[in-house]
Amino acid sequence: MQLDAKIPAGPIAQKWDNRRFEYNLVNPANRRKYTVLVIGTGLAGASAAATLGELGYNVKIFCLQDSPRRAHSIAAQGGINAAKNYQNDGDSVFRLFHDTIKGGDFRSREANVYRLAQLSNLIIDQCVAQGIPFAREYGGTLANRSFGGAQVSRTFYARGQTGQQLLLGAYSSLMRQVALGTVSLFPRRELMDVIVEEGRASGIICRNLINGQLESYNGHSVVLATGGYGNVFHLSTNAMASNVSAGWRAYKRGAGLANPCFVQIHPTCIPISGTHQSKLTLMSESLRNDGRVWVPKQAGDTRDPAKIPENERDYYLERKYPSFGNLVPRDIASRGAKEVCDQQRGVSETGQAVYLDFQDAIQRDGLNTIRYKYGNLFQMYQKITADNPETHPMKIYPAVHYTMGGLWVDYNLMTTIPGLFAIGEVNYSDHGANRLGASALMQGLADGYFVLPYSMGDYLATMGPVALSDTNQPLFKEATESIDNQTALLLKNNNSKKKGLQTVEHYHRKLGKTLWDHCGISRNKEGLQTALASIPEIRAEFWDNCLVPGTGLEFNQSLEKACRVADYLEFSEIMVQDALQREESCGCHLREESMSVDNEAQRDDKNFSHVTVWFHNGKEKTATTKREPLEFELSKPSTRNYK
Amino acid sequence: MPEKKISLILKIWRQKNPDQQGKLVTYELSDISSSMSFLEMLDLLNEQLTIKAEEPVAFDNDCREGICGKCGAMVNGTPHGPERETTLCQLHMRHFKDGDTIYIEPFRSVAFPLIKDLVIDRSALDTVIMAGGYISVNAGSAVEANTHPVGRDVAEQAMDSAACIGCGACVAACPNASAMLFTGAKITQLALLPQGQPERKKRAASMVKTMDKLGFGGCTNIGECEKACPKNISITNIARLNHEYMRTILLADEK
Ligand SMILES: Cc1cc2nc3c(=O)[nH]c(=O)nc-3n(C[C@H](O)[C@H](O)[C@H](O)COP(=O)(O)OP(=O)(O)OC[C@H]3O[C@@H](n4cnc5c(N)ncnc54)[C@H](O)[C@@H]3O)c2cc1C
Ligand code: FES
Repeated sequence: MQLDAKIPAGPIAQKWDNRRFEYNLVNPANRRKYTVLVIGTGLAGASAAATLGELGYNVKIFCLQDSPRRAHSIAAQGGINAAKNYQNDGDSVFRLFHDTIKGGDFRSREANVYRLAQLSNLIIDQCVAQGIPFAREYGGTLANRSFGGAQVSRTFYARGQTGQQLLLGAYSSLMRQVALGTVSLFPRRELMDVIVEEGRASGIICRNLINGQLESYNGHSVVLATGGYGNVFHLSTNAMASNVSAGWRAYKRGAGLANPCFVQIHPTCIPISGTHQSKLTLMSESLRNDGRVWVPKQAGDTRDPAKIPENERDYYLERKYPSFGNLVPRDIASRGAKEVCDQQRGVSETGQAVYLDFQDAIQRDGLNTIRYKYGNLFQMYQKITADNPETHPMKIYPAVHYTMGGLWVDYNLMTTIPGLFAIGEVNYSDHGANRLGASALMQGLADGYFVLPYSMGDYLATMGPVALSDTNQPLFKEATESIDNQTALLLKNNNSKKKGLQTVEHYHRKLGKTLWDHCGISRNKEGLQTALASIPEIRAEFWDNCLVPGTGLEFNQSLEKACRVADYLEFSEIMVQDALQREESCGCHLREESMSVDNEAQRDDKNFSHVTVWFHNGKEKTATTKREPLEFELSKPSTRNYK
Repeated sequence: MPEKKISLILKIWRQKNPDQQGKLVTYELSDISSSMSFLEMLDLLNEQLTIKAEEPVAFDNDCREGICGKCGAMVNGTPHGPERETTLCQLHMRHFKDGDTIYIEPFRSVAFPLIKDLVIDRSALDTVIMAGGYISVNAGSAVEANTHPVGRDVAEQAMDSAACIGCGACVAACPNASAMLFTGAKITQLALLPQGQPERKKRAASMVKTMDKLGFGGCTNIGECEKACPKNISITNIARLNHEYMRTILLADEK
């Protein structure tokens, strides 16, 4: 079965214009009659809620954190892309489109990516108008830096805190609407279920994280902006609260889940230092502008890096990919690091690290210039490792970072459940099998400021001002009861004398290791099958032996975490099945069985030029898949060549 | 740096909810690796408490990278602990010695009611932003981004202020529980930039008024806020706040 992406007619450059003209509009005076529930206050959710509020809709917005400003987007470091061509270096909307499609290894939808490139410039205008202090040239114009997978300089940045500044911009617009009364804010709430009434999303159930109470909310539509699921691997660069639950609960209510195996592993993170590790810290990709990646040529060379002469170093990315060098896309850089570590040429005590060296850049540009560009990243690195990157090369290793997979959405950003929209990282839309650096922020804000507010209007106008769902009706009651039952099951070992009980963390670690070993940087059939056999075992153990202290009617962080891990233990199975059925290498998804003669990833366009979308068929039933075929009119699927 | 293992005596504020009395509870924790972060040390304690079927210590955190502003506690009386320019999540155990006793308590302020253990409610800071910490520009109405040049030094200065993570350490450190550093940072950022000019007066007046209403104290130039700030926000932001506030009064009828 195939899915209809509802791509507008016409030449690609006019598709979005055409669609906007086709959209029905809601009369400004009627907008306040519509309630929109937005879950998530990251770049996507905050920008969408603020904009819907500005338009006059009645918006309710929910987030896990105590303040919307703390959503995970705050941690984005490097920058945001736009096709402004301020550097006069040959950039254009078409080039940004083309780089993004190519970077995604021809597994994304052309029409969406083109729209994203078109909207990119408006985002920068909007953000500057909000007072975001982007980096500037001496003459006062906006500065740019380069990012992986591009040969033009199109990335806008605010030191190493671009995500923070963009989010605070969106947050300030959001808070302005809260003050104006168009948006109501519900912090410390966790989405537990989506209510679908007569085929339309019409409400949600949330847990109030302060007192544990389950609360029902009704709306004319629901927007999930709940971010990515990288934490299924236990260790990732994501914030601790990032999770799969909202998307997974929507999936269980009928939303299709697209390409869940597409998980980006970022090449430059601080390596694991011990078993206590709770998260991994990203060192921004922008560092690869000036840092050179290398390992010793000789396996087992444990000399101090400064003592290793130039001719005994292997700058393997520059050697293998002379035209892109250290700026190859992330998947290629990650694979490179794994390869040299597998050859026993990795550095540090664990052997699971490579050097990222700034000595040449410091010699060339002077310490002050390098400090200006990367000072805060150097500081963060030093705080964590107690090493100074100005004098010693950084040690880095790949870590799980971003999830390209997610809820399937059509061109209007609607999932397969009418009235349920998904924006930002939680959706699968623009990044194919690999996301280029600095394009998640662009996508989140494009979705929130400039796409969803239009497509939402059309959905609501077409539906008309129907009455809101009654939250006292059985649908809400049944959903609430089933969550209560789950809570009781999770708490059942509390006060039990049973032996061998374990913490939630224990099971999360165990799942994470299984996934990293078998569904990580490179994957093969045997490993994936091993993972598929272990996941149900870990899940069963979890439900038998997991110890969650406290009750369900109080502030209970162990229970919060247990609910999320319970969802990872189900979701991961679909993720691995997805990796197993995709018998090709593409982007981040390297299948060892699908390699070219020169040991590069080999795509199989004949059999896999499509999106795989998973559907839930009920408890204990196998999931089924549908496809969205991908057609490339403008860009010719070619073998990505960064040599 | 080679890894070491240390043992510590922890005295942690435990309080089930705002209605019950809280108290310091002593825990002995060993096998703490020097490369752990402070929060990973608390994770270790919490896992051990959980296995003993005791309630783990509630504490807020999210990014663990020093940027979301969600973590924070008083460590031996200092917000975010002894290291300067460091959030609690970025504080590492290599800064403590074997056998040390560490007091861990929540940030305390009238404007920050306690929720549980080390978790507090800082929504008053959001309310201050709601009062004017924004530029009123609807999506779609912005001018082209390079229309107003902003000198690099001005942009950098604005960025210094914009770096605030809203953790509330400044309030916790201040004997008057003043939020002037937090508020001053936002007012400064927007006052420096051309985009912030149209609402400049209204913003300062409204944010200062709201701050007072929420129960934050005034500033008497003690400077503890600056010392406690993990992002090195300078006290000159308070001078700028005062200047901006005076402007709203002195130039009250200037349109
Ligand atoms: C360290 C790091 C650096 C990065 N740097 C860059 C960069 O330089 N450039 C770039 O383009 N991209 C970068 N990215 C990627 C980018 O930051 C994210 O993809 C993007 O910010 C996601 O935004 P979002 O709005 O979709 O979700 P998020 O910012 O993750 O927000 C999710 C929101 O949903 C809420 N939520 C989640 N689950 C629930 C639930 N069950 N119930 C209720 N609420 C829920 C959360 O509270 C939060 O408010 C980086 C990512 C990381 C991890
Ligand atoms: S957890 Fe985000 S600043 Fe510490």
